[in-house]
Amino acid sequence: MTEPAQLDPQLAPMTAPGGITLDVTAAEGLELKARSQWSYARRRFLRHRLAMFGLVGLVVIFGAGALASVVAPYSFDQIDLTNVLHPPTMVGHHVFGTDEIGRDSLSRIIYGIRTSEQVGLTVAVVSTLFGLMVGAISGYYRGWLDNVIMRVTDLILTLPVLVVLLTVAALLGRSSSVWTIVFILAGFYWTGIARIVRGTFLSLREKEYVEAAKAVGAGDLRIMFRHMLPNTLGPIVVTGTLAVADAIILEAFLSFLGFGIADPTPSLGKLVAEGQQFPQKWWITVIPGLVLVLIVICVNFVGDGLRDALDPQQRRVRA
Amino acid sequence: MLTYIARRILYSIPVLLATSFLSFMFITKSSDPLANLRANPRTNSPTVLKHLAHVYHLDQSLPVRYWYWLQDVFVHKLGQSLLTSQPIWPDISRAIGHTLQIVLLAQLIALVLGVAVGIYSAIRQYSAFDYTFTSLSFLGYAMPTFWLALILQILFTDIYLKWHVRVFYTSGLNSGVTSSTWSLDRLQHIALPVITLTVVSFALYSRFMRATMLDVINSDYVRTARAKGLPERLVIFRHVVRNALIPIVTVSALQFGALLGGAIVTETIFTLDGMGYFFITRLQTNDVYSVMAYVMVVAISVITFNLIADVLYGFLDPRIRYD
Repeated sequence: MTEPAQLDPQLAPMTAPGGITLDVTAAEGLELKARSQWSYARRRFLRHRLAMFGLVGLVVIFGAGALASVVAPYSFDQIDLTNVLHPPTMVGHHVFGTDEIGRDSLSRIIYGIRTSEQVGLTVAVVSTLFGLMVGAISGYYRGWLDNVIMRVTDLILTLPVLVVLLTVAALLGRSSSVWTIVFILAGFYWTGIARIVRGTFLSLREKEYVEAAKAVGAGDLRIMFRHMLPNTLGPIVVTGTLAVADAIILEAFLSFLGFGIADPTPSLGKLVAEGQQFPQKWWITVIPGLVLVLIVICVNFVGDGLRDALDPQQRRVRA
Repeated sequence: MLTYIARRILYSIPVLLATSFLSFMFITKSSDPLANLRANPRTNSPTVLKHLAHVYHLDQSLPVRYWYWLQDVFVHKLGQSLLTSQPIWPDISRAIGHTLQIVLLAQLIALVLGVAVGIYSAIRQYSAFDYTFTSLSFLGYAMPTFWLALILQILFTDIYLKWHVRVFYTSGLNSGVTSSTWSLDRLQHIALPVITLTVVSFALYSRFMRATMLDVINSDYVRTARAKGLPERLVIFRHVVRNALIPIVTVSALQFGALLGGAIVTETIFTLDGMGYFFITRLQTNDVYSVMAYVMVVAISVITFNLIADVLYGFLDPRIRYD
C-alpha cells in the first residue's frame, strides 16, 4: 500500500508571497516524518484498545487452530473408552472433559477451531476479492452486467440467509467437505460485498479526480484500481473482516443442523450439536459455544477498530 | 401512495415467479422424490414407478413440471406432498399459527425492552447502565442462537431433574394431546423459545435504538428546543424519541417478515411444530414440494413486510415522498 505521502497542511513548508520558502521545521531543527494516510490509520488502529484486545485474542485462538496437530494433547478421533463423558478436570489430562466415546474435548475443540478458521478466512478473502472485482466493474461500466448482478442479488435477498444456504447445502449433498461449505458460503457472501463496492463506485465515478484522470488519458483499469479503489478500501476492509465472523457462525449453523461438514472432521457447530444428546453433560455444549462467542467478539472488536482507524473523518482515537 | 403500493405489488410478481422457478430448479434437481419407493423393489415394480412418475409429471421437462406445480399451488392451496400424498396446506397453516404465536410474543417483548433500554442508554451515555447494556447486547449479538437455546434447555432440564420442579418445558408445544392457544401449559412450553428469540432481537433493537437516539440528540433542532427553554423531559420525549423511533419501526418490520419463516434453529432445538421445524424436517426427508411451499410462503412474507416497512417509513416521515 504505497500511497503518496500526505503532509499535514499545517506542517507543510509555507511559501511566502515573495517566493521565499519559510521552512519552519528546518529552522528549528525539529525532525518531522511525513505520514501517509495509511500510517495514520495504522497508528489509530494500534491505539484502539478493544481492537488490540481482539487482535491478540484472535492470534491466540487462530494460532492454536493453525498449529492444531502440535498444540492439541490428543488427536481429534482418539477414542478412550475408559474415560467416557468425563467432566472437565485439572487433575487428569482432559481439561475440557471427554465426549460419549472418550474423545478429548479440548483436542476436538482445537481441531474445530482449525476448521472454522479455514472456512472463515477463505470465505472472507475469496468473497471480498470476487465481490470487489464484480462490484467495481458493474459500478464503473454499469450496463447489462450491472443489471444482471443487481437482479440476482435482489432474488437472493427475498429469502432469509439460512433458507438459501440450507437449500443449497441439501442440494450439494449431506456430507460436505470443508471446501464445499466454503464454496457455498463464498458463493452467497460475495453478493453483499459487490453491492457495497458498486454503490461507492457509482458515486465515485462522478468525482472530479476521476474526470481529471480520464482527461489525462488514464485507462479504465488504472482509474478503477489505482484511483477509485483506495477510496473504497475502508468499508471493504471492515466488511471483509466481519465476514470472517459471519462465515464462521453460518458454518456453525449449517453444521449444527446437520447440513455442514461431514464426519469425522470436527467443527465448532457440530461439537455444540453433539451436546444436545447429553443435556446433563454441560461441558460438551457450553465450551465449544463459548469459543465461538469469543471468536465472534474478537473479530467484531477488530472490525470496530478498523472502522475507526480507516474513517478519515473520524479521529476519535488520537494518531 | 396507492399507486406506489400498486406498483410495488406488481413488481413483486415477477420477483416471486423468478424466485420460485430458481428454487424449483434447484430443489427438484437435488433429489429424487421417488427414492423411498424405489428402495423397495418388491412392492414397487418398475411399472408402478413409471406410472407414478407419469401421474406426478416427473417424466416431463423442467419448465413443464414447473407449470404443473404452479397450477397446483393456485388450485390446491400449495399442492400436495410427493412423499406422503397429503395436502401441504393443513400442515403449513398449523405451523404458521405456532410460529406466529412465538414470534409475536418475542418481538413484542424485545421491542418494548429494547426501545426502553436504548432510550435510557442514550440519555445517560457512558454511564454504568449504558456500559452494562452495551456490553450485554454485544454479547447477545455475538452469541449463536443454537448455543443460547441449548444452554437454556440444559439449565431447565437440570432444574427439573434436581428439584422436580417444572418451571418451563424444554420441548414440544403441549403436554397433552391438545391444548388451547393461550393456556398456562402452552406458555410453559413456549417460554424458552420465546426467551431465546427475545434475547437475540433485544440485542439488535437496543443497540439500534441507542445509535439512532444519539444521532437525533446531537442534531440542530434538539439544541434549538433546549435553547428555547423546553424542559428536558419534553425535549426527549416529544422531539428525540419520536424521531428516533422511525428507523426502528422499519427494522422491526423487516425482522418480523424474516422471522415468519420460523426461527429454524430455535424451533428445531425445542421441537416446536412451527415453520422452521417444518422446513428442516421436510428438507431432511427430501419432501420436494413441501420445501417449495415453504420457500414460497417465506418469500411472500419477506416481500410483504419489506413493502410494509417502506410504506410505514413514508407514513412516519413526511419528508419521504414516493412518486
